[in-house]
Parts: sequence; structure tokens; C-alpha cells
Amino acid sequence: MSNGAGQSTQQLVDHLFRHEAGKMIAVLTRIFGIHNLELVEDTVQETFLKALQVWKYNAVPDNPSAWLMQVARNRAVDLIRRQQKLADISGELRQRLQSETENTIHHFFLDTEIADSQLRMIFTCCHPALSQEDQVALTLKTVSGFGVQEIARALVSNDTAIQKRIYRAKEYIRANHIQFEIPAGLALAERLETVYTILYLLFNEGYSSMKADELIRHDLCAEAMRLCKLLTEHRVGAQPATFALLSLMCFQASRFDSRLGEDNTIILLQQQDRNKWDRELIGLGYHFLNQSSTGDYLSVYHIESAIAAEHCIAPDFESTNWEALLRLYNYLLERKPIPIVQLNRSVILARISGVETAIDTILDIPNITDLLNRHYIYAAVLGDLYGKAGNSAESRRLLEKAYALTPSLAEKKLLQEKLSGLHFS
Amino acid sequence: MKDFIFIFRGPSPEDLNWTPEQSQASMQKWFNWIGELSAKGRYVGGDPLVREGKTVQGKSPVVTDGPFAEGKELLGGYIIIKAESLAEATELAFGFPDFAIDGSVEVREIMKIPMPS
Repeated sequence: MSNGAGQSTQQLVDHLFRHEAGKMIAVLTRIFGIHNLELVEDTVQETFLKALQVWKYNAVPDNPSAWLMQVARNRAVDLIRRQQKLADISGELRQRLQSETENTIHHFFLDTEIADSQLRMIFTCCHPALSQEDQVALTLKTVSGFGVQEIARALVSNDTAIQKRIYRAKEYIRANHIQFEIPAGLALAERLETVYTILYLLFNEGYSSMKADELIRHDLCAEAMRLCKLLTEHRVGAQPATFALLSLMCFQASRFDSRLGEDNTIILLQQQDRNKWDRELIGLGYHFLNQSSTGDYLSVYHIESAIAAEHCIAPDFESTNWEALLRLYNYLLERKPIPIVQLNRSVILARISGVETAIDTILDIPNITDLLNRHYIYAAVLGDLYGKAGNSAESRRLLEKAYALTPSLAEKKLLQEKLSGLHFS
Repeated sequence: MKDFIFIFRGPSPEDLNWTPEQSQASMQKWFNWIGELSAKGRYVGGDPLVREGKTVQGKSPVVTDGPFAEGKELLGGYIIIKAESLAEATELAFGFPDFAIDGSVEVREIMKIPMPS
């Protein structure tokens, strides 16, 4: 019988198992091949089961991560050895092959190689042949160690749909012999763009989705940041745009806790208590933004990060540098001429040139009628501007439309407040 | 104080198909419970049992393969703790983290056989 642990209650680092799952899946995939992802996931599951059994009665090992990796490594060596036994060869050759294989496997479990494998996994999940929704689900499953139910919760979907996406992605990878590798040359630049898109999407899903519960949204943002950080730490991923994206995430995340009040009500930027903004994250944002200012390529993430920084630097809402923001939005619009950027730009424009001009700019957005009918945000913003312009009737019509369109209770509450404000004015 | 054994039965984690996060959450509950028993000076030690096993039984004994029982009857492990009485030991067993997944604790006093003097 083994003796109990020390006097104090043991504590694992938050999400240790998730992060270790991602690492183990990546390394084991390097060993068994991406076509054996099921075997890999089973091996990881077995490793956790062993930890679960052993650790709970006794002490957690000094280095839990190393313990898990060692169990996974031994299991890999075992599996390979069993396969090699089947080969019809001489005893001497078998022994040599075995020792060589074991050396290679040990090598794969070195820290630098683990990071390399994780990057391969990120790139594989973001393979351009996969649809964006499959890329997201597969990334969360194999890179981030999320379970199917957790992914469904995070993306406000259901288990069956997520399972299908993951299955479809794995099948595609197997059937098309997609390699577990880091692309080279031009393909690398393109793939990095896809990776940025997926990471930004994960982050935004966590940051903006009012549908998922707060806890899992926080996890999603933290995970997107962790993966982006991982990217910056690898020579292949340490590009200016990667640092820009990470800094953007830091700036946004600094406001995470000040956006919601009691009962999950939304607090708008204007009303947020800026003392609640996370100074440490803002500092990190600047740090990474500095690191992103090399090379001669200005990514959209550079511009978006500069926009976020502009908000962070203002001591209060009134002293926001609207002119600087408008210039940045003009740049952004050039690079990303999409309706949502136009909408956001018009909100800034309202501060400088007045609400009438802003309303005109919004009405100039191509297909605006359709957008107003389909996405609550357009109706909400335009309705708000009409309210400020004194056009209560139009404001009410649009805010009510937005109310009907949004599935989020928090958004509805906010719109309700605006509507009753109109009533009294 | 007397020694008691807590015998744990319940589904094996491998049947529960937990996500890494769920495994960690379960682990943390165990740490909290064992940690609390340790802090009170009640935890003596314990071990998990390997799932595979054999049963030998019958008048002319036959060997059968495990697992001998399914689901909630499966013996998963044990710990030994110190308590003043069966009542107190039973109370300590309320901290067992796996009730929610159909686990159970059998609380038994370990009989001390007096040495003949």
C-alpha cells in the first residue's frame, strides 16, 4: 500500500489535461501517422486513465506533464515493438530496427520536437481542402484537447453535428493522403493565413458569441491565445502577422471581464469601467505589437490591433482619438472591404462628422436592405444612430427588428433598454 | 483511533469516455477529498486495482476471467483511514467524489487481532 500525499491539497494547472492531450496527440501522430488518428486518440485516452487511477490515491508526480509523456511514449514503443514482431526477419535485424525505432521515438518526445509536431497538427487541421467549420472542429478536438460536448457547447451546436464534422475531416485527410507536415514556400504563407483566420474565429466565437455560456467562452479565448502564442514561439510561425494577431487578442481580452455586468447584461465600451481592464494584458498587447513591427508587410491584424490599442490608450471614452481611429478604419476598409468593417467605421464617423453622415454611409453599404433584414447588428447600430438623430420612429422600427433577429438574451435586454429610452425621450 | 477500509465500487473511468477536462475535474475532486482526509490526519494510504483479474470458486474450484461484475459493482480500489468510530468513518465517506457517477463506498472496520499475552 502506498502512502498518502503531503498535507496540502494537490492542484493541477488549469486545463493541464487538455493541453497535454494536444501535445500527446501531436507527437503520437508524428509516430503513427495522421491516418491513425483513432489509434492515437485511444492511446492518449489510456494515458489519462492511468493517471486518473494512480494519481488520485497517491501523490501527483513532481512533473505531471513529463509523467504523462513518458506513459504515452512507453505505450508507443510497445505498440511499435508489437508490430515489428510480426515482420518476418532475423532476430539480429529486428533488434537493430527496434533500438533505432526507440531512439527515434525518444527524439520525437523532446520539447522542441513536440512543438514542431503541434505546429504540424495545427497546419494539418487548417488544410485548405477542409471546410472552415470542419477546420474549427478538428482544431479544437486534436490540437486543443476539447471533447465533442465541449466543442458543441463552445460553438453552440450539438454533439451529433460536431461528431459529423470531425469524422468528415478525418476521413478526408485519410482518403486524400494529406501529409502531417509544415508546408514550405508559398504554401506556407497561404496556410498561415488560414491558421490566422481559424484562430481569430475561435477567439471571436469566445469573445462575442452571446449564446454560449461564459465559462466555455473564456476557455475559447484563452485557447485561441495559447495557440497563437505557440505559433510565435516556433521559427516558422514567428511572423509579424502572428505577433500582430496575438497583440490584438491581448487588447481585446483585456476588456473581457468588463463587458458584462450582473445578470449577464452587456456593458458597452462607453460605459465600461476602464479600471477593470486588465493592465497586464494591455501591456502584453503592446509588447507583441512591438514585436510585430518588422518586415514590410502590414497585415489586417496589424491594423485591427492598432484600433484595439487606440481604445485601450484612452483614459476615458470621451478622450478617445476618433481621428486616429477613422484613419485606421480607412486603412482597414481598403484591405477588408466588407460590410461589417463599413458598419464599424460609420460608428467612428458619427463621432467626427455627426450621426447624419454616419447614417448615410451605412445606407450606402451594398445590399444594406438585405443585411438589415438578416443580421441584428446592422439594425441595432443604425437604429441607435437614428435615435441619436432624433428620428424616433425609424429608430424604433430598426431596434425592434434587431430585437427579433438576435438570439441572445443579453442583446435583447440591451435593445429593450434603448427602446424604452426612446419612449421617454 | 481505529482503522477503517473504504472499498470503492463503481464504473471504471474507461467506460465513461471522459474528455481531458472531465478527467481533470474528477481528479481534482479526488485530490480535494484525499487532501482533506490527509489534513485531518486520517488518511493512511490506498491503491487502485487493475481492472483485469480472475475469480476462483466452486467446490471443485474453477477459474473464471474478470471483470466479475459490471458497471457499478466493479471494485476499483480502496483506501485506509483512521476514525473514532464506524459512525465517524461513515461520515467521512460522504466526501467520496464518485456518487454522481453511480459509485459507492463500503465502510468496514479493520479488525485488530489482539496478541495473546
